[in-house]
Amino acid sequence: MQHGVARRSAIVLLAGLLLTTPFWLPNPYHLHILIMAGIFSILALSLNLLLGYTGLLSLGHAAFFGIGAYTSALLALKAEWPFVAGFVAAVMLAGGSGYAIGRLALRLRGAYFVLVTISFAGVASLVSVNWMELTNGPLGLPGIPAAEVAGFVFRTKRAVYYLVLAVAGLAYLVCRRLVRSRMGRAFVALRENEALAASVGVDGARHLGLATVISAGMAGGAGSLYAHYTRFVSPEVFLFSYTVTMVIMVVAGGKGTLAGPIVGAVIFTILPEALREATSWQWQMLLYGVLLILTLLFLPRGIVPALTAWRDRR
Amino acid sequence: MEAFLQHLLNGLLLGGTYALLGIGLTLIFGLMNVVNFAHGEFYTLGAYLTFAAASLLRVNFVLAIAVAILGGSLLGALCERVLLRPLRGESIDTTMLVMIGLWIATQNGELLAWGGVAKSIPHPFPTAPIVIGPVSVAPLRLFVLAAVLVLIAGSHVLIHRTRLGVAMRATFQDRETAALMGIDVGGIHTLTFAFGSGLAAAAGALLGPIFLVYPSMGDLAALKAFSVVILGGLGNFAGATLGGVILGIAEELGAGYVSSGYRDAVGFVIIILVLLVRPSGLFARAGRVG
Repeated sequence: MQHGVARRSAIVLLAGLLLTTPFWLPNPYHLHILIMAGIFSILALSLNLLLGYTGLLSLGHAAFFGIGAYTSALLALKAEWPFVAGFVAAVMLAGGSGYAIGRLALRLRGAYFVLVTISFAGVASLVSVNWMELTNGPLGLPGIPAAEVAGFVFRTKRAVYYLVLAVAGLAYLVCRRLVRSRMGRAFVALRENEALAASVGVDGARHLGLATVISAGMAGGAGSLYAHYTRFVSPEVFLFSYTVTMVIMVVAGGKGTLAGPIVGAVIFTILPEALREATSWQWQMLLYGVLLILTLLFLPRGIVPALTAWRDRR
Repeated sequence: MEAFLQHLLNGLLLGGTYALLGIGLTLIFGLMNVVNFAHGEFYTLGAYLTFAAASLLRVNFVLAIAVAILGGSLLGALCERVLLRPLRGESIDTTMLVMIGLWIATQNGELLAWGGVAKSIPHPFPTAPIVIGPVSVAPLRLFVLAAVLVLIAGSHVLIHRTRLGVAMRATFQDRETAALMGIDVGGIHTLTFAFGSGLAAAAGALLGPIFLVYPSMGDLAALKAFSVVILGGLGNFAGATLGGVILGIAEELGAGYVSSGYRDAVGFVIIILVLLVRPSGLFARAGRVG
């Protein structure tokens, strides 16, 4: 009982902190870092849905992010669609390509699934560079309008912060609802033992396909937010380092937990910024690689499960 | 027609080095079951070691390549000992993520050590191409093709004709029985990984002088190695050799007749198509997979 009260007050405190942040942290640079942490939280949550719950590692997640970003940007620039419609289209198109990948990769597990997703991302990236008429090639698409919902324009960092917070919160709730449902238990069952899961009537193809669609759609939504926040997209959104960053966030934070990806996203967005003064980008990436190896060797389940285990022991 | 023959020849020359990469990875991925995303880093390492030896230390060109192969093998052995041995028995995903970590760390380490500017490796061959009938070829490329053939033949003999090769294949078919037969299973693991890494380094050392050497050159090489392995079937030595040649020719034809911008897409498309249509590889005999 006491445990429940402590938990509830912690949640209220955290929500209060998150909602008031722009008022006690008005520095635009700090807000920018938090906005990026929010966007990466959505990406990490979406990757975790696949990697953590179904056990499928997608190394093409930057492609869904990029497809979302380009869809939203192109619809806003060339068809003058409003932000909300562009956002929905970004989610749908990324989810649709997730469906295609999911269907194609249905029979593939483990390393093969990884290779198909990585190849898909490779092709998507080459298309974004080479299809000049549509994507403007390596030059990218500047001048994307700021997000606008019901007449309110999210032009300031503070406004964007709340928008990203809302979408990230929604993504978290979707994930929570999903993994605690019958479907989430089916995901875990498929991860642990697919043959056994199938023998008790879990339709593997349907569930894994659905997980891919939802995960890809969420990543597409994050891409749309990113495009309307930075107001510029280029083939860089397809960079493999984005995917690597997401994987590190999920693995270090704790795959297969709800809080893990968010903890990982916040740590690994703030850490590089904190190190920016002291080191170059190469040193940071070097550190990322070493941290990933060390986490897997010494903390294989990630930060959040380790903390939970420590709390339960006390 | 002449252009076609020229593309075919270029593809064959390129495909030989892809075959080296693929044979190395088919040992590591196909036999050892390690999804080695760091494979391309050994390729990069081979190129940089050749550059260091040939350009900075002014070592003989052929010797420089030998140094690179040896260096790649030694580092491969070290990786197996330090990173993979503690993880044996862990899931394939864990080792894959560790290799991704190694990939990022070494690539950025190389970026820090050598800088981002591409280097070119000096070589002793004349630059004027040799004209044979309708096609022409640079002497350096002929040397590379000869070296590739020697290395492939050597690997074939090692794997299929020596006691060591038998021990290798036995270990990965049935660990316990191999150990009971007195095979040093741990040593074979280290040796196989070192051998595969050495072949990747050889590919880098041989392609480095033809193209340029830069820190991220291994990224595409690793993915191409994967497409070669998948094309040939996991652990299939002859398949990897043929797969490499097919990828090389397909890339040259794709770049020549479709669009040079999409040259590197060929490998990706091959991965997707083969895995969808014939996941056991093009050259697998029925019933041998799984």
